[in-house]
Amino acid sequence: MSRAGITRNVRWAVIALCLCALVFGILAYRPAIAVVTRPDPRLFDTALVARGANLARLGNCVSCHRSAGGRPYAGGYPVKTPFGTVYGSNITPDPATGIGGWSPAAFRRAMREGVGRDGGHLYPAFPYTHYTNVTERDLGALYAFLMTRPAVRADPPANTMIPPLGFRPLLAGWKLLFFRPHPIAADPAQSAAWNRGRYIGETLAHCTACHSPRGLLQQEKRGARSYDGGWSGGWYAPPIDTHSPAVRAWTVDRLDTYFRTGLSTAHAAAAGPMGPVTYNLARAEPSDVRALATYYAWQMRGAPAARFEPPLPDRRALASQRHPDGARLYDAACAVCHEPGAAMMVAGRPALPLGTPLHEDNPRDTVQIILKGLRAPVSARGPYMPAFADALDDRQVAAIVAYLQARHGTGPAWLDLEKDVAKARKEGE
Amino acid sequence: MIDVSVNGTAARVDVDPATPLLYVLRDDLGLHAAKFGCGLGQCGACTVLLDDRPVFSCLIPVGAVGTRKVTTVEGLGTAAKPGDVQRAFLHEQAAQCGYCIPGMIARAEGLLRKTVTPTEDEMRAAMAPSLCRCGTHMRILRAVRRAAMMRGGGVVDAAEPVT
Repeated sequence: MSRAGITRNVRWAVIALCLCALVFGILAYRPAIAVVTRPDPRLFDTALVARGANLARLGNCVSCHRSAGGRPYAGGYPVKTPFGTVYGSNITPDPATGIGGWSPAAFRRAMREGVGRDGGHLYPAFPYTHYTNVTERDLGALYAFLMTRPAVRADPPANTMIPPLGFRPLLAGWKLLFFRPHPIAADPAQSAAWNRGRYIGETLAHCTACHSPRGLLQQEKRGARSYDGGWSGGWYAPPIDTHSPAVRAWTVDRLDTYFRTGLSTAHAAAAGPMGPVTYNLARAEPSDVRALATYYAWQMRGAPAARFEPPLPDRRALASQRHPDGARLYDAACAVCHEPGAAMMVAGRPALPLGTPLHEDNPRDTVQIILKGLRAPVSARGPYMPAFADALDDRQVAAIVAYLQARHGTGPAWLDLEKDVAKARKEGE
Repeated sequence: MIDVSVNGTAARVDVDPATPLLYVLRDDLGLHAAKFGCGLGQCGACTVLLDDRPVFSCLIPVGAVGTRKVTTVEGLGTAAKPGDVQRAFLHEQAAQCGYCIPGMIARAEGLLRKTVTPTEDEMRAAMAPSLCRCGTHMRILRAVRRAAMMRGGGVVDAAEPVT
């Protein structure tokens, strides 16, 4: 190729690149929405605020939007992703650091399109991919609720994304690839409760944010794998579809009780990030919680336990033989509460072999529960389990977990347990 | 025979390795500060330090302690010469019946070994696993705040201002 030809090609390449950048810039661009004076909280209809309060509980908003100092809705919870850490923002009506200057239109755009008032794209750690389907009426109620919270002056820590992901216009590319808003139409073949449950579960409650596997760019897997289990804050959120590992059926009644009390005596207590979810559901409208239970019991209707509840194996002798260290530790540290006839069993806690974590295809939840224990999820009455992170080292925790699976487990054998304990300690910090 | 290091002293005890550390401390070593409360890790009366971390000694088999160093309240000071956390508890008169106090002191000591400037939330979270039936909580919290100051720090209220 002649020298002039190369020059011409380079010129065309530069022009093409500039055009691409321009098109991308136009696609990514969102205007700022003008700042408004903070609306007078007394002007909101109290019934609307109450509706919004219920929706905020169903959505578990406060979990990510609670400040480091403990103020609700003031932001600061770190969402750790493979690409860096995103902190929940301050959504109290403080004009300087919160959303006090946001008009209803700005709030609506953030929820529907994942765009901040200033026009910046929001990270999908904020689950606008779900909120996009929240109804106008519910958006208005949520806005009324948030604008009537105490305004807190608090700047959450700055996000620490790996370069170049701190450059927000790039998020427009993510949206092009993965953000496909499609309204949820009611299914006339299903009951009103089912439809209500689906609406809440797929939008505000954003259950798949934890319970769905994610792709390379952290997008939730859709379709058949939508509820096939995912990860959240170092915990495993088990499948809540036909692959539910539970050994007892999740009926509507059992789910309803679990949501409202943080405990299902046929399964387990709400642990890890699910604890706060049940804390909030316990304080939400009971009919909405029942609706959620209706929808998710339906999601798990094809799970093995829904068809047949198997007898629970107790291979005690075999497990002790294979994992003598684990057996000794279990006898000294765990049996006092977990063996049949122990105080906690008499108090009506689920028997250990029922515990869903022991039947999952990875050991993480079992490990985390031993390390962190259980905080009473809904009220001070429990269930509670002390944390063993400081009492037992990685090898000891691994030995107990190996023993437990050998004794009660029904899933695939867990390997590299000691490594997983070390990882769980690190990720769950 | 099992070797354990308690309050800086090496001890050798002839017990089953499954024996709870608490029983060894009380029955074999004569250290009666840590108390038996529930035996379930729910009340915190048995709390001692294991390498600077507060743990329920009723739920730890002595065989699992290994080379980690055990510290009980006896290791933090004596009646004649109380340590700083003990002095803080005395100064605030933070005990009523006193049964939970050795656990509370061990827990406070663990917190202050981690940081002498905990937030109010961190302090409450650190103390929460220990129960007090007498309702002395406010005095206990005052004692922890005082102890933090005695170590050159202090408990800070980190809650952001409401505007």
